[in-house]
Amino acid sequence: MKILVLVKYVPDATSERKFAADGTLDRASSDGLLSELDEYAVEQALQIADERDDVEVVALTLGPEAAADAIKRALQMGASAGIHISDDAMHGSDAGASSTVLSAAVAKADPDLVICGMASTDGAMGVIPVMIAERLGWPAATLGATLSLDSNTVSIRRDADTASLTIEAELPALVSVTDQSGEARYPSMKGILAAKKKPVETWTLADLHVDPGTVGLDAALTQVQQTTPRPPKEAGKVITDEGGSGAAAVTDFLVAGKYI
Amino acid sequence: MSEVLVVAELTEGKIGKPALELLTLARRLGEPVVVLLREGADMAAETLGQYGASRVVSVVDPALNDYLVAPKAEAVAQVAAAVSPAAILISSTPEGKEIAGRLAVKLGSGLITDATDVRQDGSTLQSVFAGNWMVQASVTSGVPVITVKPNAVAPEPASAAGTVEQAAVTISDRARSARIVKSEPKQATGRPELTEAAIVVAGGRGMGGDFGPVEALADALGAAVGASRAAVDSGWYPHAYQIGQTGKTVSPQLYIAAGISGAIQHRAGMQTSKAIVAVNKDPEAPIFALADLGIVGDLRTVLPAVTAEIARRKA
Repeated sequence: MKILVLVKYVPDATSERKFAADGTLDRASSDGLLSELDEYAVEQALQIADERDDVEVVALTLGPEAAADAIKRALQMGASAGIHISDDAMHGSDAGASSTVLSAAVAKADPDLVICGMASTDGAMGVIPVMIAERLGWPAATLGATLSLDSNTVSIRRDADTASLTIEAELPALVSVTDQSGEARYPSMKGILAAKKKPVETWTLADLHVDPGTVGLDAALTQVQQTTPRPPKEAGKVITDEGGSGAAAVTDFLVAGKYI
Repeated sequence: MSEVLVVAELTEGKIGKPALELLTLARRLGEPVVVLLREGADMAAETLGQYGASRVVSVVDPALNDYLVAPKAEAVAQVAAAVSPAAILISSTPEGKEIAGRLAVKLGSGLITDATDVRQDGSTLQSVFAGNWMVQASVTSGVPVITVKPNAVAPEPASAAGTVEQAAVTISDRARSARIVKSEPKQATGRPELTEAAIVVAGGRGMGGDFGPVEALADALGAAVGASRAAVDSGWYPHAYQIGQTGKTVSPQLYIAAGISGAIQHRAGMQTSKAIVAVNKDPEAPIFALADLGIVGDLRTVLPAVTAEIARRKA
């Protein structure tokens, strides 16, 4: 059985993220890493591999050269192999183009199950999994707090606002999992060493038969017109509670703002 | 005048504030036509009409509730084919974004998610990177599909016909692939929905397991209750109330953070709140850099005192 885990290389959320002059995310200016939310996807794939024989977990990423680090992390956690799609033409691609390329990659990799994280921590749109499923015509069981696989049926529990849903789909299927699905394992020393020997293929748009003219900044269906840093917040008042002064200050604030 | 499709959802059987906000924004772009993907159109139409909906297109089909998301996207696409809208506005809920993503593929359209404003020229504003940057953007190709965050705008009444029409849709086999085999409804709390509430009172690690003071203050203010990841991970409050990168994002008029240190993952979920009050015993807590008013003190002293004072003033 082959499980494909889609992972994204993103700027560290604790670093100063910013925009480049062309309105794209400046990926060069901060350190990147495997998106935290994608670690949960890798973990769920590895849990299935732990329980069954003959499961191959392949980590796939779409990103510039540095994105190889995302694959590396997944391999260190225990994935068997990696696929890195890298092509300069992809710079500035929108969700439409990214999902087109990822769909072609899924088709080429031919897995039984695709597992994604719930959203990236940079773009944070949360739409790539369903857009891939839409393009491929695959069932999509997304935002799973739990994931289980029984023979040819994958099942998730999706905790929506008003109800918890149990969703099932037949393989081949695409699923996404949330941070509730189970703590992601830390790479062991053995895993870190073993990762160095695991195979990583590199694919370009040509390998996927995707026309470079249909992706990238100029082909995007949306356009960023302006990016503005939020002005630093004027420091608020901080007082130390003494003899009821704290509650009094809060109450005054509530009255002044007409919250009560 | 061109029409704008608004995908409305019901909250506990009623039209909620987010739907009215979408109508208000839709009116900037054209004449709003609401799509309601469940029963209840006749009851909802009056309110929808009061906020500008010229028509309410009702789609009732068992497939919409039996299979996850894909049938709803198909239904909206079929209604859009009949309406030929200038734009499609959807609420930025997890399901709303998935409907939007599938629609964008079906229609070959540009997609903008989590807009905090939609202007008359169709451009949008978004708050990104934990609220540190504001982005102005536009869809440049196809029928714009835009998801809008709750609390984007104050709903404005505008009298319109709100005429109900039934639309029949054909849901394909392809869309009937992720089966919803069980649905366990969650208990209603009687408090406002977290992402829609005007005031949120949230508790963190400092609550020490007892959310009583937070709940009492929330109820005194008619507010929603939220929780930090630390509190949820400790099992003190359900994940549905978690605010932050892996939980809900809120943008209320007032956010009161009790016993929350203010790590970046939490800030990502509340940084655009209009006003922030923080109570924490640690004067170094990062949350104080965000707060309009910070109280360094014991939340178990401060919160109940505020709650009592509010009750006293109401009496």
